[in-house]
Amino acid sequence: MEVRVENVRKEFDRFPALHDVSLDIRSGELIALLGPSGSGKTTLLRLIAGLERPTAGRIFFGDTDASEKSVQERNIGFVFQHYALFRHMTILENVSFGLKVRPRSTRPPAGEIRRRAMELLDLVQLSGLEKRYPNQLSGGQRQRVALARALAIEPGVLLLDEPFGALDAQVRRELRKWLREIHDRTGHTTVFVTHDQEEALELADRLCVMSQGKIEQVGSPDSVYDKPTSPFVFGFIGESSELPVSVDKGDIWLGDRPIGIAGAQAQGQQRLFFRPHDIELVEGGAALAGVVASSRRVGGTRRVELDIGGAAHRVEIDLPFDHPAAERSQIAFRPKRWALFPAT
Amino acid sequence: MSRFGRFRQPSVIPGFGLTFGFTIAYFSLIILIPLIALVFRSAGLGWGGFWAAALDPRVLASLRTSFVTALIAAGINVVFGTLIAWVLVRYRFPGRRIFDAMVDLPFALPTAVAGIALTAIYAPNGVIGQLVAPLGWRIAYTPVGITIAMIFIGLPFVVRTIQPILEEVSKEVEEASATLGANRFQTISRVILPSLTPAILTGFALAFARAVGEYGSVIFIAGNIPFVSEIAPLLIVIRLEEYNYTGAAVIAMVMLAISFVMLFIINLIQAWSRKRYGYGN
Repeated sequence: MEVRVENVRKEFDRFPALHDVSLDIRSGELIALLGPSGSGKTTLLRLIAGLERPTAGRIFFGDTDASEKSVQERNIGFVFQHYALFRHMTILENVSFGLKVRPRSTRPPAGEIRRRAMELLDLVQLSGLEKRYPNQLSGGQRQRVALARALAIEPGVLLLDEPFGALDAQVRRELRKWLREIHDRTGHTTVFVTHDQEEALELADRLCVMSQGKIEQVGSPDSVYDKPTSPFVFGFIGESSELPVSVDKGDIWLGDRPIGIAGAQAQGQQRLFFRPHDIELVEGGAALAGVVASSRRVGGTRRVELDIGGAAHRVEIDLPFDHPAAERSQIAFRPKRWALFPAT
Repeated sequence: MSRFGRFRQPSVIPGFGLTFGFTIAYFSLIILIPLIALVFRSAGLGWGGFWAAALDPRVLASLRTSFVTALIAAGINVVFGTLIAWVLVRYRFPGRRIFDAMVDLPFALPTAVAGIALTAIYAPNGVIGQLVAPLGWRIAYTPVGITIAMIFIGLPFVVRTIQPILEEVSKEVEEASATLGANRFQTISRVILPSLTPAILTGFALAFARAVGEYGSVIFIAGNIPFVSEIAPLLIVIRLEEYNYTGAAVIAMVMLAISFVMLFIINLIQAWSRKRYGYGN
């Protein structure tokens, strides 16, 4: 089901949490709301769920205006960061809860409820644990129960609030892959909130990057990573370094020296952003030259920190781990891919 | 040490021997020895004499009055105590803190004061008593009055056991229930109340135990009519005043036995529900 968020604003006790946010969520896609804490991503998710009411604006599910509908009427599946399982119920009872509380007219017979719950437990690979209680399961298992419970009501939209936030790194990676598989199999329109950019980049069809109650950029992982439209997105998604530069007739200058990049569209004081791996080492000619401040091995690469212009600016670059330049005390390089944003 | 091996698990927490020894000694001194003295006292009558004293119709009537009223009072307290705990935890209203503090008053008030105050209100010429008197109802000097006094003194036990558990029931669990389509009533009856069951049982047990043992407030409002509104603790005092110490000990023994069995059963149910509701491990 499509979800359209139109000009939604939300204030908590007059403190604005979301300013005039609009977002189109396509049917069947897996979209990530990504941002630091306080960016309003969870508020947006809860507004879609109906757990909060917008101060202004509307939310559409398909063509119907869901703004005034209660949580119960919206038919959404919601997965909480801390599972929120019913601990006095067995796993099977947890999963069947949503079907059991339906009014008599739409409630499937008991046998059918049980069959469907068992099917879902099978889908989340927890067959055989249906008689256990939540506190007898591990965190990863509990979150899978929570997902099965949310899927049981055949939701139009599946909403996940930092679903892997409380789990350790290993389990997170497994569940990430597994959530993608489940999504591809069931095809639910899925919105999930995360502050982990790696998780968002790996899992989502599209990212919606948020900051301070506003949407900064919406797009595919590739476009958000390769073409960030704001300094915030550049800094938040992936690794990056920033330098204050000035642009004169297309040439970029750091202080009183050109850095060997031409063709800039902007003019005047600018902020130059580049990623550590998007650089090339140069011998001679105009370049950024820096003194090696530290160098450490990160997986298959060597991350080198350079002080440029005395100790005024520190940037990071990646070199192959066996590159001889890492032994030097001075390195000169040029960014291969970069972006300029006006200095404020 | 090896004799402790069966129940002494290796632990980094020091002082098991000292604290366990102290616990046993203290427990014996404060609870076990007085109870054993009580048993010896009543044993002075011999088997036949004991049963003759215990099965005396007036004794049986007073025991029934005590336990029935205490059960009813504990039951009523569970219902309204849960409600009060709910209001105190869930809603923010002016005067909440004062209201919260007032819940403890029955703990602090000398029970005789409570008894006098309740009697003044519920006596046939009291504020509430005169309202129901024309209907032919009497509250004071009947088992109803006894129950009211017991409700008064037992209420804080229920509120104070349920309140912290209710605060722990996370808002997320309620929200989860709502997203799954449950209405407010279903959320309360199927999600919140079941998770409170162990606390409710504890509150019930405490309120019941307190009510059975209550003396001070009850004797004022009870009227103390033998076979009608005479509670067992009062009958014990009457026996004592008659210098019939053995007779008093016999009633005490019977009360002790019944109370112990009931509390034990409640504890078993509680342990079972705690396990079932996932508080164990």
